[in-house]
Amino acid sequence: MTLRTDTLHASGSACATCPMNQHLERLGVKMTNWDYVVALAGNPNTGKSTVFNALTGLRQHTGNWPGKTVARAEGGFQYGNKRYKLVDLPGTYSLLAASVDEEIARDFILFGQPDVTAIVVDATRLERNLNLVLQVLEITNKAVVCLNLVDEARRHKLIVDHRRLARDLGVPVVPTAARQNEGIPELLQVMSEVATGVIETRPRRLRSTANPALDAAVNTLSGQLEAAFPGLPNARWVALRLLDGDQQIERAIRDGSLGDLSRGDKTQAVSERLTIAEVPA
Amino acid sequence: MTYNTPHSQTTLADLQPGQSGVVTQLYSQGPERRRMMDLGIIPGTTVTVEMTSPLGDPVAYRVRGALLALRQDQARLVSISDVSSEAEK
Repeated sequence: MTLRTDTLHASGSACATCPMNQHLERLGVKMTNWDYVVALAGNPNTGKSTVFNALTGLRQHTGNWPGKTVARAEGGFQYGNKRYKLVDLPGTYSLLAASVDEEIARDFILFGQPDVTAIVVDATRLERNLNLVLQVLEITNKAVVCLNLVDEARRHKLIVDHRRLARDLGVPVVPTAARQNEGIPELLQVMSEVATGVIETRPRRLRSTANPALDAAVNTLSGQLEAAFPGLPNARWVALRLLDGDQQIERAIRDGSLGDLSRGDKTQAVSERLTIAEVPA
Repeated sequence: MTYNTPHSQTTLADLQPGQSGVVTQLYSQGPERRRMMDLGIIPGTTVTVEMTSPLGDPVAYRVRGALLALRQDQARLVSISDVSSEAEK
């Protein structure tokens, strides 16, 4: 955690900057002129939508069907005088695009470049949730792990050492029980600090493989990608996907749409490709 | 589908209900291999046969706290070692 003494001096009053006073205002679907974009990712059934509803005040029931494009919901909230747009991504086990859902989640995190990605994980099934966490951390620096369902974990006599987990992953981990609103204030605080850069994350990443030939291929390819698509958010990741034979990425490079996605107004390019789910107010 | 699992290998398809094994290798390829790994079937994972369907195919396996149904075609592509029965544990 970062010491906040500098801000205390600047404002002259501890109350103005105290996290306790930075109230959450739920904005529902009214979200215009947002300052930051927050993406919610996670495995299916980890309580992503419960977290989404706790933050936006909406009551959305998400259901997605494989092959349907309607797979994303948006809402807004205000916290500490900043407006946030929250995007609830479809639940996936992976971001390697075996399905439309995974493609949507991946494109948003990679090309939408959210200011912070909250990865919601099930504390009772942590082991199988970490696959997605590591995949997200390969793509983005700005991430927070929301260790959800800790109430259920407690009932099963399971206590997760979230400090150790945060140290191992290199990003903040916030234990929550979104149904009871437990941990939501802490989550808000940490998300805002990552979005604004107060907390600097150092996500655990695969720096090099044990295979020198592969490392050389990744380096060559990512250099060429950066030359062909200036401003590409994570050329190394795209290079790894190409070497893995990802046909969608291959197609996006052939027809040039990879450039469209990584260029221009933040989330615009991705938004255009997606149908936004109707959210009942 | 091609079965390139060596015949000498024990696979998930050889397990009886209640038996477990530790995954040693995946012989599937492409998206199917990727999918299995995303669902937690990687070398070192303990897999237990939870139940079988009336005709014996598919079979439900317990993997890292989740229940996965695999067809025998798919189960044959996952080699295992250290087979044990529930009674032995």
